[in-house]
This record gives sequence, C-alpha cells and structure tokens, in this order.
Amino acid sequence: MSNQSSTQFRLAFIILSAFVLLFIVAPLLGMFIRTPFKDIATSAADAEVVQAIWLSISVAMVTSLLFAVPAIPLAYLLARYDFPLKSVANGIIDLPVVVPHSVVGIALLGFIAGDGLIGRSFSAIGFKVLGTPFAISLAMAFVSLPFLINAARDGFLQVPVRLEQAALTLGASPFQVFFTISIPLAWQNIASGIVMMFARGMSEFGAVIIVAYHPMVASVMIYDRYTTFGLKYAQPAAIIFLMVSLIVFISLRLLSHKR
Amino acid sequence: MLVVDQISKRLPNFSLSEITFKVSKGDYFMLLGPSGSGKSLLLQILSGLVNPDSGKILLDGKDITRTPAGKRNIGILFQDLALFPHLNAYSNIAYPMKLKGLSSRNLKQKVYELAERFSIGHLLHQRVTHLSGGERQRVALARTVALNPTLLLLDEPLTAVDARLHIDLSMLLREINRFGTTVIHVTHAYEEAISLANRVGVITNGRIVQLGATLDVFQNPRSEFVAQFTGAKNFFKVRVNSYSPQGLSSGALVNGSQIAFYSINPCNLGFVFFPESSVVLSLQSDAQSAVNVFRGRVIDIFAQRFGYEVIIDCGLRVFALVTHESLVKLGIKPGIEIFATVKANAVRFIPAF
Repeated sequence: MSNQSSTQFRLAFIILSAFVLLFIVAPLLGMFIRTPFKDIATSAADAEVVQAIWLSISVAMVTSLLFAVPAIPLAYLLARYDFPLKSVANGIIDLPVVVPHSVVGIALLGFIAGDGLIGRSFSAIGFKVLGTPFAISLAMAFVSLPFLINAARDGFLQVPVRLEQAALTLGASPFQVFFTISIPLAWQNIASGIVMMFARGMSEFGAVIIVAYHPMVASVMIYDRYTTFGLKYAQPAAIIFLMVSLIVFISLRLLSHKR
Repeated sequence: MLVVDQISKRLPNFSLSEITFKVSKGDYFMLLGPSGSGKSLLLQILSGLVNPDSGKILLDGKDITRTPAGKRNIGILFQDLALFPHLNAYSNIAYPMKLKGLSSRNLKQKVYELAERFSIGHLLHQRVTHLSGGERQRVALARTVALNPTLLLLDEPLTAVDARLHIDLSMLLREINRFGTTVIHVTHAYEEAISLANRVGVITNGRIVQLGATLDVFQNPRSEFVAQFTGAKNFFKVRVNSYSPQGLSSGALVNGSQIAFYSINPCNLGFVFFPESSVVLSLQSDAQSAVNVFRGRVIDIFAQRFGYEVIIDCGLRVFALVTHESLVKLGIKPGIEIFATVKANAVRFIPAF
C-alpha cells in the first residue's frame, strides 16, 4: 500500500468511526446541554426519582447476583461438555437478545399473572407476583441473562482443562476444582458478565413496563413523566438516571478488572 | 508394586491395545516411544484422568482401575507442568495439602521443608508466571510429591529444557526415586532412559513392543523398530577415569579397553555410544597414537540397504557399517582380525545419575 492510499484508508475509517461514536454520544450530550442545572437539582431532590432509580439499581443488582448462582454452572457445562442438543441450548440462551422486549413482557405476563403457572402457585400461598419487585426482577433477568452466560462460558473456555485435571490428581473433588481453579481463573469474564447483566437489567424498559408499571423503576418513571407531562419534565430525571447508571457501571467495571 | 494388566482404550483416531507391564517398588521405569505412540494416554489412564475400556490396574495389590484420580496416591507431573497461574509458588505447593485438611502450622512447615529440598525457598512468594522454566519445574515437582505419592508419573519432564537444567533435573528425579518413590517416566528420548531408568518399556502404535532391563533392551533389541528407535547398537557402560571439561575424557569399558570422548558431565559412571557409520575398519593399526582403536575378530556380516553391517568381537561387540567397496578391498569376512577405529568426537557420553 502506498503512503498516500494508506493515509486515505486511515482517514476514511477515522471519519466513519467518528460518525458512529458521535451518533451515540450526541443525543446524550445534547440532553445535558439543553437541560438547566436547577431542573436537574430539583429532580435529584425528588423522592419519586430517587426511589425509582434506587429500585432499578437494587433489583438489577440482586437479580444479577441471584441468577449468577445457576447461570455460572450452566456456562461451565456449555464450555466443558458436549451433550445432545448443545447447539439448541446455546440458541435458547441467545433467544432473549433477539426476542422483542414487549414480547418478553407479554410472555412473562402470561406466566406470572393470576391464572399463569407461577401466578397461580404464588397466589395459592397468598403472594402476588404481578406489579412487584419480583416481577421486575424476572423481566430484567430474562433479557439480561445471555450477557452473563456468554461471558462466563468464554471465560471457562479460556481455562486450560489441564489445570483442572492437575487439581483432580492432587486430590480435589470436582466441586473443589470448580471453586478453587475454574472460577478464579475465569473470574475476570464472570465479573464482567455480572456487570453487563446488571447494566442491561437496570436499563430494561419494554418487558418491565408490562409486568410492573408500579412500583416504578427509573426507565418506567421517565417514560411516565414524558407521556404525562412532556419532554422537558422527563429530561432532568433521565439525566440523573444516566449519570447514576454511568457511575455505577464504571465503578463495577473497574472493580471487576482489578481482580 | 504396580501391575498394569491388559489395559485397552479405544479413541476415535487411536487405540491402546492390551498394555501389560509391572513396575516393582522403587523402580525407575521408563516408557520410551515416539510422538503419538500412546505414552501420555497411558499416563492419564494410570493417574485416573481417563478410564480404560478394559483391563486392570493394581497398585500394591489394590485394584485402582476405577478409583478416582486424586484418591490413588499417584502423583503426575505434566509436560506443561500445569501450575495454577492465579496462585503463587507457596499456594501451588500447599494446594494438595490444604485439600487434605492439614492445619495451617503443619502446612507451612511442610511447604518450607519441600521448598528447602527442591531449593526454591526464595521463590515461595513469587507468582509462578514470573518464574524461569527450571524454577517452575521444581515448584511443580514439589507440589506433586507433597503428598508422598506411592507412584510418580512424569510426562516428558526433560523435553525442552536446556543442557544445564537437564542435568539438574535428572539428578533431582533420581534423588526422588532414591527416596523410595517408584517412578514411571515417559519420553521419546532414549538418552533419558539410558541415563535414569533401571527398566524400560518401548511403546509404539499403542502397544508395548519390548520390556526389560535398560541395558538389555538397548543391547538386544527384539525388533527393527526397537533397534532403530533406541538407535544405539554400539552402546557400552563406561567407568570414567579421567575427566576434562575442555579436552578429552577417557574411561574403561567392560572389556578393559580405554575409550576417549568429550564430556561436559563430571560423572564417574555412564554410558558411551557411537553410530555404526562412524566406525572405520582397517587391517592394520597404522597410527600408534590414535585413540579408540579396538582390535577384534569379525564374527558376522549382514547386507544392509546401504552397504554392510560388520560385527566385530573385541571383548564387546562393535558394529560397523561399511560400503561394498570397502568390504571387497579389505577382504572382510568372518574370522579375520581387524581394527575398528572411532573418532573421539563421534563418541557420545551419557552420565548415569
């Protein structure tokens, strides 16, 4: 490649890349610029905003940690063993990524409503699922699980089988091998998967609004303010949610990379 | 004692067939075979990582064929060492003892004892990824012998190590064996077998083709494969009586004659070998000062693909490869007296550790 064509190549790619990055940053930045600081401060003091953001963060966090318990062993199975219908299992895991989230909400609703499978069982013991943090958690988990499972599976694939074999010959049980060798060595990927699952769950809107309009998570609260009072009223809450999300996400990302 | 009885294992592209051998307590048994012969698979079966399709493995009389790995009291040193990269040297060595539930005081004492024995005390708190090849090997060995295994399996431990490390490690392995641990060492390098083992098995295409005492297998190969693989017909025990790291060393062969060679190993006992093609035959010893001239009588001649193999009895059997022209010109035939000369730099010395 001549010097000139190499410069042209780089220039063309830089312009196209800049366009993509700008496309992501510009609307968010524009929202910041257009919204007066005093409106943001007022919203930050609004109990409804604080409550909704806290609900989003706490439910997403608890969901990610609880679902990690069965999801990590599943990721390990997928990484280590060949079994019949493995490709079907892999396809099922990626399903939530391609299914429209409103469809996820409707499907879950049928499952957890009073006459659904879970709904019936829970109402038998006097517990209502619909419109509870539990319902929100299910919706968040459904759409965000692939992020954790795929990341953890990639992590386990990078752990040499030989190290697990060595641990077995040194007297470790398969459980001990899993907890002392496989998990620590795949930890970077697992942690990053949990963070991504948390971030994706926290930002979920489409499925959550169908199974639980109330109590309001941040994304539903912003939508509610927009449809009820208009753009100007929704923007400060959106900015606060965006900032909090970024701070939490970046902190968790840094923490998970520190290990 | 380890008894391996008719072990077979069929894999999609390879199979081990009816492997049978015994290793006595305290033996240093070398399983010698080319790449892809099934050596490593056999080690995995012995260690319990792979189940055989049929056959039995008995260790000290107990059937361990289906005993899980880690409950057999068999240690294995993998070729790639398999050190845990997220743990430092101390935690790697402590790993098997921790699993056994040793109290932290006993654990620390045991790790330090092992570290001293393997000369790695100063490395204990370093990450294993920061250690040199030789240091990593010592840490892995210390970890493997931490639980005093009855049987130690070594998967090509001396492959891909430099000459200095080769000697250090060989001595270390011999020492572990002298401490009473039975060793099975697999390799494709026959020099290692000569140097370390008291018994040898030759494996090819998933079958053991010859078993026996090391010298016996090398001097009496029972098949062409073994002869070619072991590759050393002119192979003799030697007692070194003069060692010179720069110049010529020399030693006495079993027939009393002297042999000169170059060596970097200051070792009293060892083996020498030289290729058949490096032996020059003549009817007279014209150079009085020449070294390595063996006088003997031709006992047999065999046609080979390129020339003839002449076997000369000089008190020990020397094999020489000569061309048809030389055979005719010298009039070589069974019964005649002949001088076999080998240049000192064609003689390889292998120390016995």
